[in-house]
Amino acid sequence: MNQVETAKRMTQNKPHPITGIEQRGIYLDSVEELAEMAKIVRRDIMTLLAESGSGHSGGPLSIADFGTALYFHELNVDPKEEYWADRDFVAWSIGHCTPVHYSLLAEKGYFPKRDLLKFRKFDGHLQGHPHRLDTPGVEVTTGSLGQGISVACGVAKAAKMDGHPRRVWSFNGDGEQQEGSIWEAAMFAAHYKLDNFVSLIDYNLKQIDGDVADVMNIAPLPDKYRAFNWNVIECDGHKWNEIMDAYAEVGKLYTSGRPTAVIFHTVMGQGISFMEGKAEWHGKPPKGDEVGIALGDLGTTEAEWRKYLESN
Amino acid sequence: MDLMKPEMKKTREGFGHGLVQNGHDNPNVVVLVGDLTDSTMTSFFAKEFPDRFIQVGIAEQNMITVAAGMALMGKIPFLSTYGAFAACRSLDQIRVTLCYGNINVKIGGAHGGISVGPDGATHQAMEEFAIMRAMPNMHLIVPTDYHEAKKATIEATKIQGPVYIRFGRENVPVVSEESTPFEFGKGAIYREGGDLTIIACGVMVYEALVAHEELKKQGIEARVINMHTLKPLDEAIILKAAAETKAIVTAEEHQINGGLGGAVAQTTARGNPVPIEMVAVADRFGQSGKPDELMAAFGLKSSDIIRAAKAVLQRKTQPQAA
Repeated sequence: MNQVETAKRMTQNKPHPITGIEQRGIYLDSVEELAEMAKIVRRDIMTLLAESGSGHSGGPLSIADFGTALYFHELNVDPKEEYWADRDFVAWSIGHCTPVHYSLLAEKGYFPKRDLLKFRKFDGHLQGHPHRLDTPGVEVTTGSLGQGISVACGVAKAAKMDGHPRRVWSFNGDGEQQEGSIWEAAMFAAHYKLDNFVSLIDYNLKQIDGDVADVMNIAPLPDKYRAFNWNVIECDGHKWNEIMDAYAEVGKLYTSGRPTAVIFHTVMGQGISFMEGKAEWHGKPPKGDEVGIALGDLGTTEAEWRKYLESN
Repeated sequence: MDLMKPEMKKTREGFGHGLVQNGHDNPNVVVLVGDLTDSTMTSFFAKEFPDRFIQVGIAEQNMITVAAGMALMGKIPFLSTYGAFAACRSLDQIRVTLCYGNINVKIGGAHGGISVGPDGATHQAMEEFAIMRAMPNMHLIVPTDYHEAKKATIEATKIQGPVYIRFGRENVPVVSEESTPFEFGKGAIYREGGDLTIIACGVMVYEALVAHEELKKQGIEARVINMHTLKPLDEAIILKAAAETKAIVTAEEHQINGGLGGAVAQTTARGNPVPIEMVAVADRFGQSGKPDELMAAFGLKSSDIIRAAKAVLQRKTQPQAA
């Protein structure tokens, strides 16, 4: 059921190949392990959403693959020491994607997996949108779009001022690009040559009201970032070889003098047959029979996955 | 001090000098500005500590959140722009990132009040008290003069969490001394009196002191409280004044809705209802003009406080029939 639990996990204490900072926490080395973890994350997402009865399905599923790759292959953090001074910093500027955010934190080891079943509940610590004072591993309180990226820029700027080698990441949405403050941040990051900063953009083409291209077209997005003096990497956000190549490329740009945008071309609702590519799944959970179908698509059952969460 | 010929100095200059002091006292203090280095007087800090000064350009929303990120890395960021932009344009960033996230960022809101003058209504911030009072975790200080502005700026480094400090544009009377203690969260009694209490903040403390002298000539003893901290509010000093003088006048260079007057009334209504008159801007936008003529036209002079004092005494001694 949970092959990754028994698979080889490496806690590497050797210096990080890019930053030179001591590596901490759990890393998954192979694409097979990462893909398996991404499947676990999707099962978590569907199960916690089914339990809460409210929350976002679409974006979390489109982020699941490259988000898993970040948390289990790139991000240097220590769940045992949340505020470890040398940690990488990640902001979830796309605040509403808490289902994948919280799943990644739980799977990484910040809090028990059973807590995921208290998502959006009064007696849990998992707010509908991430709150740094409530949840271990949440660095920034977000939920109003276009803010987390600027906070990450502030962290990256502080790192530059201090000569600290940490890397700084921000998860951003495609619809979020419509917020003007995104471009204030984009200007700032380029102006101060924040090459320690990476914006991971989930380009799933959908937002609440429909296709991004129809609601308020953000294209040509790569050209916009290039014009703002950023590095731009594009890849298929569901093909593991492309995702890993993209992160490898990010590493090479660490001293490029420019911030980097990785535009992951993804599918809203990826992995769930009846959700894929449908804007209506932006902001609602699976209900009734849909829950069983969704978990069936992921090779498990609701009962089985609840048991997994409850016992961890 | 000579009330008729006071020394005149800008509160924003106190901010500028306070920042330099902070820079020397604490290496973690950094300053961010949105293209208003000279007029926010952050230029003093920029000159002294160029490596800890961050120009953000005309992007106030980004400035708030960038400062938040720096605070999360252990810096103590002070940022400054005009209050109209600091409090209003970037309010969502202040609400979600700073206040809900309870992040240690200090906002210097320059050019508050009608006395901003010729720039007109867009630049005359008169809504910040209401906005900041409504934000959980926020702290709000409205210094009355140069010395207090400097002390508040220094004190802000000791407060954990977001702080908003309001400054004016013009030279205003220096009503305190360099040695006057500044106690955050505590009102300061500037004049004793038993007939009524004038509770004022910012430049209106000077107007209250002038009103105090004039009322004294007429046999009326007015207590004067400098309420430099609006949040958290010193409720004890207000309730004591209500109990002892049984009449209150509030005075502020701010809209009448949601400011100092409202804060005082909220306190007395629950603790000890007494008649209150409020000297404030009557729910309207400002306009261009000279600071002095605007202060008079918008009812923010000592004569307005005196009129309010007499009205409140009338209500105190001859309560209206129920």
